[in-house]
Amino acid sequence: MSWRRRDLALSNDPTQRFLPWMLAMIVYLAGLSLAGMMSLSSAMDRWDTGLKGTVTVQVPTAKAGAADGAVGKLVGILRKTEGVIAVRPLDNRDTANLLRPWIGEGTLVGDLPLPRLIDVRVETEPGPDLAKLRKTLNAAVPGTVLDDHKKSLNHLVSFAHSVEFVGALVLLLVAIAAIATVIFITRTGLAIHHEGIEILHLMGALDSYVAGQFQGQALELGLKGGAIGLAFTAATVGVLSHFSRAVGSDLLPKVELGVLQWLALVAVPIGVTAIAMLTARITVIRALQRLP
Amino acid sequence: MVRFQNVGMRYGLGSEVLHDVNFELRPGSFHFLSGASGAGKSSLLKLIYLAHRPSRGLVTLFDTDVTTASRNQLALIRRRIGVVFQEFRLLNHLSVIENVALPLKVSGQDWEENRQHAVELLNWVGLEDCIDSSPQVLSGGQKQRVAIARAVISRPELLLADEPTGNVDDVIALRLLYLFEELNRLGTTVIIATHSEALMERFAHPRLHLSEGALLGPLTGPPTQPGFAS
Repeated sequence: MSWRRRDLALSNDPTQRFLPWMLAMIVYLAGLSLAGMMSLSSAMDRWDTGLKGTVTVQVPTAKAGAADGAVGKLVGILRKTEGVIAVRPLDNRDTANLLRPWIGEGTLVGDLPLPRLIDVRVETEPGPDLAKLRKTLNAAVPGTVLDDHKKSLNHLVSFAHSVEFVGALVLLLVAIAAIATVIFITRTGLAIHHEGIEILHLMGALDSYVAGQFQGQALELGLKGGAIGLAFTAATVGVLSHFSRAVGSDLLPKVELGVLQWLALVAVPIGVTAIAMLTARITVIRALQRLP
Repeated sequence: MVRFQNVGMRYGLGSEVLHDVNFELRPGSFHFLSGASGAGKSSLLKLIYLAHRPSRGLVTLFDTDVTTASRNQLALIRRRIGVVFQEFRLLNHLSVIENVALPLKVSGQDWEENRQHAVELLNWVGLEDCIDSSPQVLSGGQKQRVAIARAVISRPELLLADEPTGNVDDVIALRLLYLFEELNRLGTTVIIATHSEALMERFAHPRLHLSEGALLGPLTGPPTQPGFAS
């Protein structure tokens, strides 16, 4: 036999039985928020990487009839421009492929007034003088648009940051909910075990010793609740990952997590358990200060 | 060992239950604390075992002023005091031996090193057959003996007992008193709160007598001089 049994019968409290499920829900919500934020962050990186170092030149629709000549002229200018690495004019089939996610197969692309596009890869550091290039291209073929994607990317990044902010807010609220739950349950435990606590106190138990009883219980229940919450999070992320692969869109963020991101998810129950332990300790020590 | 100087005590905003208490106890002494119900015996014991703070005056235990001592110092002082509570105050989810050994656990001592000591103590109080029982299944007298074993296991320098014979028959009461005397011979300072005149007459120890919150004594016999305080 050893000192393993706790001096206070905390595990018999009805509220203590309820704590792992509350913590499981908290871990689940926090895990999903974190997974969402990490997926979005990966998507932003992909968007940024995909568009960095590329610009697109649009030959206006009105000129599409005589597009080949205009495209050839613009390609010639682009290839002579310093900082341009590669120039690839897109034919109608390439353009149709780009539009397929929105308008589907079988549409008569030729009937649509589509602009001709030129895909240009440029050096990033230092890149070409885009303002000067824009003027030059416009002078050669009036109405030509040079799109460096900054505007559309900025909109996406701004939206993604808003979503990330909401995710961080959810994480904060979840942490507050965990703290409030543990405070409530610890206070209930203090009231239920008032007699036992007083006995320990009168025997010469330090405040940290009594707090350790509650802290140990919070550790046990936190890990139990955390494991349940993490299992549900993993299952949900797995299902969402399957569906996101099935959709196969490059625009939607992929719910696929790397090793580090999974480790971050595993850290959620550990963090929640640590919060629960710390909260229990502080709550008990504050309450014990009222004893003589 | 214990010194009270002009000590008063009140619960909350109520009137004083103890007033102008003055006394000093030498190490190794044995005193009864007598008085009618409501005279303040339990309150005085609470001040000594640090369950309550005085509302005025100076309480010194083991040469430490308890009003200025830190929380950790107070905890260390409590470890030097064994208390037998009137209502036993055992922890029902722990076994008898775990209850007895609890003060050792609280002070950070090793279980394996002290288990035998706890068993011997339970033999000494005649509870060797109840070691692993729950206190809930014990009689009042058995609980009393568990409470005594718990109070003395850490070999306290000061032992306080609040009506320790209140729940036991005369034979057990005498055995308990002999047990306290034995501890006293081993050097423990003992204070026993009781209202049993028969017991106090049988064991000739000085008494501290409380009357309506005022202390008379130490006296060598029943109080005859109301208002006297040493």
